[in-house]
Amino acid sequence: MSRVVVEQKVLNENQRIAAELRARFQEAGLLCLNFISAPGSGKTSLLEKTLAAFKEGERVAVLTGDIQTENDARRLQRYGFPARQITTGGTCHLDARMIEKALADWELPELDYLLIENVGNLVCPSSYDLGEAAKIVVMSVTEGEDKPLKYPSIFHKSELCVINKADLLPHLRYDIAMARRNVRQVHPQMEIIEVSCVTGLGLQPWMTWLRERRTAAVAAPAQP
Amino acid sequence: MHELGIAMAILERVEREAAAHAPARPVRVGVRIGEFSGVDRDSLAFGFEALVKNSALEPLALEVEYCRRRYACRACGSEFAVENYELDCPQCGSSDTHFAGGDELDIAYIEVEDQ
Repeated sequence: MSRVVVEQKVLNENQRIAAELRARFQEAGLLCLNFISAPGSGKTSLLEKTLAAFKEGERVAVLTGDIQTENDARRLQRYGFPARQITTGGTCHLDARMIEKALADWELPELDYLLIENVGNLVCPSSYDLGEAAKIVVMSVTEGEDKPLKYPSIFHKSELCVINKADLLPHLRYDIAMARRNVRQVHPQMEIIEVSCVTGLGLQPWMTWLRERRTAAVAAPAQP
Repeated sequence: MHELGIAMAILERVEREAAAHAPARPVRVGVRIGEFSGVDRDSLAFGFEALVKNSALEPLALEVEYCRRRYACRACGSEFAVENYELDCPQCGSSDTHFAGGDELDIAYIEVEDQ
C-alpha cells in the first residue's frame, strides 16, 4: 500500500471560485457580505431596512438564496436596486459557483455593495466561502439564547452578529446578556448589534458598521 | 445536510487520483474534520458509504481524523483543546488566547494499492 499525500481543502473547487470572486470584488471596490441565519430570523427584513436606508448615490445589488420561490427577490426589488433570486432547488446553502453564475451581466465596478442573503440555515452555509469580505450571522430574540453554542461554526466564522427583533424583548423571557455571553464564548472578538426592523432600533449603528466596513474592505484586501 | 455534497467532493478527488494510478486501486481516503467545520461526521460517513456502494470505487474506506477546537496562548505559547467553551489558558491562566485550529475540512491522503 502506498500513501499519496493530498493535503488540500475538500471544497477546493469552491475555494478556487471564491478566491476569484474575492479578487473581482476587491478590484471593483465593492463590499460583498454574506448574510446567514436560521429560517425566519429576519434576514430579508434586515435587507429591506438596509436598502431603504441607503442614500442616493450608494450603489447596491442583492442576491437572495432560497430553496424555492422568487418571493424574497420580489420583496427586495421594491427598493429600486437590482435584486436577483437564486433558487437552489433543494440545496441547503449557496456556493461560489451559484454566485458567479448569478452575477452574470452585472457590472461590478458600478457597485459599492453586493449583499448576499444565504439560504436560511445555520449549518451548511458556514462551509462555503462565497468570496465575501465578511459573513454576518443574524439571530433573533424569539430563538434560544444558546444558538451560538449549538451552531458554533457559523458564529466562529462571522464578523458581526445582528440580534434582530429586539423590539420584542419586553414581551419575552429572552436573556440578552446571556445571548451576548454565548456569542463571545464562541467568538470573543465578535461585534454585536441589536436591531429591530419594526421600530428601527439599531439600524443607525448597523448602517455605520456597513459603511465603515466598506471603507476598510476597499482599502485592504479581504482574507477568506 | 450538505454532507452528501462534501462526500461527493471527496470522491471526485479520489477518482482523479485513481485515474492517475490505474490500474492500482485506491483503498482508503483520509480526511480531517474540525469541530467548527460545520460538517457532521456521522452524516458524512453515511453519505460516503451510500455513494461508494455499487460504484467503481467500492470498496473504499473513509478515515476521519476529528480535530477539536484549539486555542493557543500568547503569554506562555502553549496550545490546548477547548473544553466547554473555556478559552483561558489551562497552563498559565492567561486570557490572551487565540484560535489555533478546529475548522478543518481537508483531504489529507489517499492510500493506493501497490502494483
